[in-house]
Amino acid sequence: MLLALRDVRKSFTTEEGPVDVLKGISLDLDAGQHLALTGESGSGKSTLLHLIGGLDGPDSGEIKVAGADIAHMDDPQLAALRRGKIGLVFQQFNLIPSLTVAQNLAFHARLAGRLDPDWNAHLTERLGLAECLHRYPEQLSGGQQQRVAIGRTLAVRPDLILADEPTGNLDEDTGDAVIDLMLQLVADVRAGFILVTHSTRLAGLLDRRLHLTHGRLQ
Amino acid sequence: MTGAGFAALLSHWRYRPLQLATLIVGLALATGLWTGVQAINSEARSSYARAAAALGQDTLERLQSKVGRPIAADRFVALRRAGWLVSPVVEGTLRLGRIRVRVMGIDVFTLPQRATPIGPSGNAGIADFVAGDDLVLVHPETAAALVDRDLNLRTSLQVAPGSLVADISSAWALLKRQDFDYLMVAPNQPDGLAPLSEIAPDLKRVAPDPQGDIARLTDSFHLNLTAFGFLSFAVGLFIVHATIGLAFEQRRTVIRTLRALGMPNRTVILLLLAETVFLALIAGLLGVVLGYFIAALLLPDVAATLAGLYGTSVPGSLALRPDWILTGIAIAFGGALLAVGQGLWRMARMPLLAPAQPRAWAMASLKNSRWTALAAAALLLTSLAMAWLGGSLLTGFLILGTLLLGAALLLPTLLILALRLGARMARSAMAEWVWADMRQQVPGLSLALMALMLALAANIGVGTMVESFRNTFTGWLDQRLASELYVSANSEAQAEDLRAFLSERADAVLPIRTTEVEIGGLPVFLYGIADHATYRNHWPLLERTENVWDRVADGDGALINEQLFRRGGYRRGDRLPVAPGWTEEIVGVYSDYGNPTGQVIVNHDKLMGYFPDIPKLRHAVRVPPEEASAVAEALVEELGLSPDNILNQADAKRFSLTVFDRTFLVTGALNTLTLGIAGFAILANLLTLSTMRLSQIAPVWAVGTTRASLARLEMLRTLALAVLTWLVALPVGLLLAWVLLAIVNVEAFGWRLPMFVFPMDWLRLLALAMIAAGLAAAIPVWRLARTRPASFLKVFVHER
Repeated sequence: MLLALRDVRKSFTTEEGPVDVLKGISLDLDAGQHLALTGESGSGKSTLLHLIGGLDGPDSGEIKVAGADIAHMDDPQLAALRRGKIGLVFQQFNLIPSLTVAQNLAFHARLAGRLDPDWNAHLTERLGLAECLHRYPEQLSGGQQQRVAIGRTLAVRPDLILADEPTGNLDEDTGDAVIDLMLQLVADVRAGFILVTHSTRLAGLLDRRLHLTHGRLQ
Repeated sequence: MTGAGFAALLSHWRYRPLQLATLIVGLALATGLWTGVQAINSEARSSYARAAAALGQDTLERLQSKVGRPIAADRFVALRRAGWLVSPVVEGTLRLGRIRVRVMGIDVFTLPQRATPIGPSGNAGIADFVAGDDLVLVHPETAAALVDRDLNLRTSLQVAPGSLVADISSAWALLKRQDFDYLMVAPNQPDGLAPLSEIAPDLKRVAPDPQGDIARLTDSFHLNLTAFGFLSFAVGLFIVHATIGLAFEQRRTVIRTLRALGMPNRTVILLLLAETVFLALIAGLLGVVLGYFIAALLLPDVAATLAGLYGTSVPGSLALRPDWILTGIAIAFGGALLAVGQGLWRMARMPLLAPAQPRAWAMASLKNSRWTALAAAALLLTSLAMAWLGGSLLTGFLILGTLLLGAALLLPTLLILALRLGARMARSAMAEWVWADMRQQVPGLSLALMALMLALAANIGVGTMVESFRNTFTGWLDQRLASELYVSANSEAQAEDLRAFLSERADAVLPIRTTEVEIGGLPVFLYGIADHATYRNHWPLLERTENVWDRVADGDGALINEQLFRRGGYRRGDRLPVAPGWTEEIVGVYSDYGNPTGQVIVNHDKLMGYFPDIPKLRHAVRVPPEEASAVAEALVEELGLSPDNILNQADAKRFSLTVFDRTFLVTGALNTLTLGIAGFAILANLLTLSTMRLSQIAPVWAVGTTRASLARLEMLRTLALAVLTWLVALPVGLLLAWVLLAIVNVEAFGWRLPMFVFPMDWLRLLALAMIAAGLAAAIPVWRLARTRPASFLKVFVHER
């Protein structure tokens, strides 16, 4: 089992009082399995993804990634987990603006100490980024930036890839092209994959679909 | 509409109190240092004006000797008998314990009305003044210093601090003289007077001097202080400019909304202008208060400096004067408007739908970096050209200004080049990111780093100058004060006893004879010395002809000090008009630091032959150093000489070095304050940029870096930028020192000093710069280390 969640709960404190965002989530994901997570705005999709990615901690419950309970990990342990086992793709791309495309593509893999130049060259080729390796992110289109973000994640060959609305900032055609490419490459690295999306059409492309509503999975 | 719009614009500061505090503190600090310096200058100038106005010297003509000799009493009597309305004055300086006072003796019966020192604020009457009880008038502050002296003191605010006015007989007793220095001429003289050339052909009529020698002499010192004040102001202005620029960009959304809702662009600009004026008024008032305290803190040291360098007396307490208060507030307005000008200009031309781009604001200077570098190159070339042409004190300060501004503008380009070089050497992904990220930070931090660079360069430059001066001065004192004792007698008879007494106890008794002459329209002290190894072996000559000492000993040449040499534009071998009918070839030039006036040294016998009336009272005494104290004691106990008449070489050196060190306490304090302001500029910039930094750091955190590592790297980056800035400041500071030593000092004081370098001081300054940058970075770094993951997550879900 790559990922196992048991009765995960999370609430946030607002001016109006505490809001329960996740109300006892349990789910399993096997290695190489692809899961689409859908739900309305504010349903807790991103929060769930952040908890799985070790970006935030649950109030209670158990989150195991490759057998390790991350709910009780400290900051350095979580950082090591994100560096080596988890890949993140965000809607905002979140590239490092001061580094070139080539440096961004290799950044995560180099941090994890597992840069494979051949694999990187292959990814560059597949993602169609060979022409813009020396450019900076601000000089790229939205679609190109998202392809760099996907390449950066795949370069490290993580066990689990988490994508939060990766096509949310792209038009439909570009978004479809990016998601197709992403699914192919995810399959190549045989990683577990969770895609958070509003789109039922995109969700239909994946092995499993779960709908999150009012903090509960359906 | 206007009120609502103003409230909307002002609400920005409610949400960013730290930014508001930065703006006000920055402007108040800038204004404070400027105002402090102006308050000091104003106090000193007021004191000079009082000294210049003493006895009506600023408005009354006077008669004085054509060759600088004292005027005998019979000359005065002859002029009065011929109907001339003149009044005698005797002047001299007297050391009374720890202070030196300027003694002025007057004759109240003949004193012109305009020259009376007893005004409505005085509490002594003419009757008291001439009652025969040796009444002396002094400023209240001088009175406090003389309270333990056996003097019949009365205070008067009409008398300048450091001066003492007495009846002529009392002054003669104090100065041990029986003649006059000059005669004051009443403005309304009777008709049909015999011409001066008939009654007193050796006297000349001199026009009143509205400015006074002291004000002229100290002009360069005050210009130096003003330059420092302006540098501090400029450094502070960097903070204001950075903060206002960012606030403009952050408020673009509000401004866009206001305009979309129908508020004319002009109204928005006027509201922003009103806001600036309001903030400048608050900061200006705070700055003036701060300036008062800075001035009050520094004034005693400035007074000591002026006393040490020029022998002037400035009160150690500060009066509130409208000139520096109003100037302070005006400069706060000027500074704020200068800082806001660029923003308003862009606002006036901004399209309605221009998006808010705080990051773009930070990056804007990068886009302009080519133009900035070109402007910097032009300024540096101008500086070089002016240094080549040289010529005046103003040119010296212009060279300093263009050098500092050019170097400051070049700094971002140099930093970016250095960081690019560093990035090429990076081997790990994290190192690559750190270098690249530092490069990206440079535009946003450039104003603060420029401020730091200016402060560091000023520290290095002024520090090098002061230490070079101190090194030279110490060596020079050893040469110049070669004799073990310097002894003055009170009368010719006592002087003879003194020489007889010392003939058996001293290795040599060297006469020191001096008189004042006028060369090239300037007062010059003419000294006569005996031929002795003391001078041959020790005297600090900068230039010399062959057999220089033989020629002086033979009465065939004169030595002149560096000040006279430079101001008079003389060359070695030129003939110097020493006195009417007497010229001497210049056979040598000697260094004479700390002396504002010219000096000439000639053969003793030749001087006495020309000026036989010079009192033979002063002597340099050579004794074995270990016997100096015993001989001094014997002079007091056996010969009855006053201890005030004996100056021990060691005491003289110690006193001179103490005066020297106090002299530069003020520049040291201003240096430290400027560095402090630069540190605050970095803090202000880092704090305002820290909110924008989150979006750059969050992706690195997300891919597996701990917050603690990121915080450490953030600190490392700030320290590295401080080190790089120091590296740029080092050559700029050394150039600054060269300009100060080779151009400004020569023009301002008349002497050129050799330049010494002090690498340990540079390292100390590096440590200080790193401490300042480290302290400035501490709060933003601490905040980053404690940033909750939720804050990083906002970056990823922002504007969803």
